[in-house]
Amino acid sequence: MKLLYLAQRPTRGRIALFGEELTDAARDSLPPFRRRIGVVFQDFRLIRHLSAFDNVALPLRIAGASEEKVEGPVREMLAWVGLADRASARPPTLSGGEQQRVAIARAVINRPELLVADEPTGNVDSDMAQRLLHLFTSLNRLGTTVVVATHDIGLISATPGAQMIRLENGTMLDPTGTLRNPPPIAYPRGEPE
Amino acid sequence: MMFRWLFTSPSERRLLGARPLQGPTPWVIAIMTFSIMIVAAAGLALAETAGVVAAGAEARYSVQIPDGERNLDAAVRAVGSAPGVAKVEPVPEREMRRILERWLGPAGASADLPIPALISFEARPGLDLAALERRVQAVAPGARLIAHGDTLAPLLRSLRALQWLAFGLVVLLASACAAAVVLAARGALDTHRFTIDVMHGIGATDLQVTHLFQRKIAIDALIGSLAGAVAAALVLLALAAGAAFAGDLMGGATLGGLDLAVLLLIPLALTALATWVARAAVLAALRTAL
Repeated sequence: MKLLYLAQRPTRGRIALFGEELTDAARDSLPPFRRRIGVVFQDFRLIRHLSAFDNVALPLRIAGASEEKVEGPVREMLAWVGLADRASARPPTLSGGEQQRVAIARAVINRPELLVADEPTGNVDSDMAQRLLHLFTSLNRLGTTVVVATHDIGLISATPGAQMIRLENGTMLDPTGTLRNPPPIAYPRGEPE
Repeated sequence: MMFRWLFTSPSERRLLGARPLQGPTPWVIAIMTFSIMIVAAAGLALAETAGVVAAGAEARYSVQIPDGERNLDAAVRAVGSAPGVAKVEPVPEREMRRILERWLGPAGASADLPIPALISFEARPGLDLAALERRVQAVAPGARLIAHGDTLAPLLRSLRALQWLAFGLVVLLASACAAAVVLAARGALDTHRFTIDVMHGIGATDLQVTHLFQRKIAIDALIGSLAGAVAAALVLLALAAGAAFAGDLMGGATLGGLDLAVLLLIPLALTALATWVARAAVLAALRTAL
């Protein structure tokens, strides 16, 4: 997962993202690629001294959006994850589920082309898990490649046609990448990357 | 824009979660600024003094007549009529006793203290000193020609050496200040490592991260250096009376307008140095991460 969101360099093999070979890319060239990736970390990685609003707004501000263009989308996203009234709360005052929702809101706020989520439903109730699944599916239909690492069989079975890579004891059980959760769905513009 | 980092938004400033003036950096810079300004003022005063002494000694000579005023008039005429001599004046005995009194106290004014007669004169270029000395000795046996420049040369050398010492101390203190800023920047990076990792992960560039630290350290440095400068100015003003006395002894040397401008530039120069050093240190540290 770290290789996917460009937090590590591979010791062997190669990394290609968005049609670019990034295995040996100069570190100065990586930030523009990282801005095209949304990441939901298992441990949330929220900045403790920033409010939920500022945490969610961070990708937009780093991308250079003006404050006028930040306010609306962030409020909307916080409302969507059910945290409209917790916008000014700091992460330590939020529950695990609330923190996870803030982390998800931060990951998708700038409509990433690649969304990498590590156990995104681990701390949320089933209703929120369904909504997240809907969000991921919607993003995928809009062109976002969604990569989810999960132990949640329910989440897997609820995503028909998703390509699956099964890992067991650190070994990829299906290196061909053809394992699918039936029935497969047809993508109008071809399969996502 | 070169100074865009100075104008970060409130949301950017919240990223570090620390207000300016937290930590030891402003205090360290204040102490360094204070020390540098005092040392620099001393160095500049020494330079001014050396300049006054050198100018006063240049082309100035004395004739010392050991047996007092007995041959004084003849010696004055001999010196004044020599080619290449511009201005001749005997030094009145009371004037010499007054000068001695400054150094020796009331004993300097005592008639029991024998003092030679002195003739002071200025020379034009090309004066034949040996010929002049022979001419004076003909009318005042035992008279001796004294070049002020030769007499004051050891003092001037000491003043120049002290001046260079002050300059070296200023450079050393500025280097220590820069080193303190590097340590402060590294400490701040360690404190905010998590925030930096998150920002990098989201796509922040090294410059975006650096600007946050650069601005904070620049504000700390500016406030610290101004505080140090005010303290140094107060001490220098308090020393002014004593300096006036010393300046009087040395011929009235004081800090000139250019010297004061240099002193006023020190806090600003230190702020600029701290900001530049912080930027370089943060950028160098960030480059070690992916």
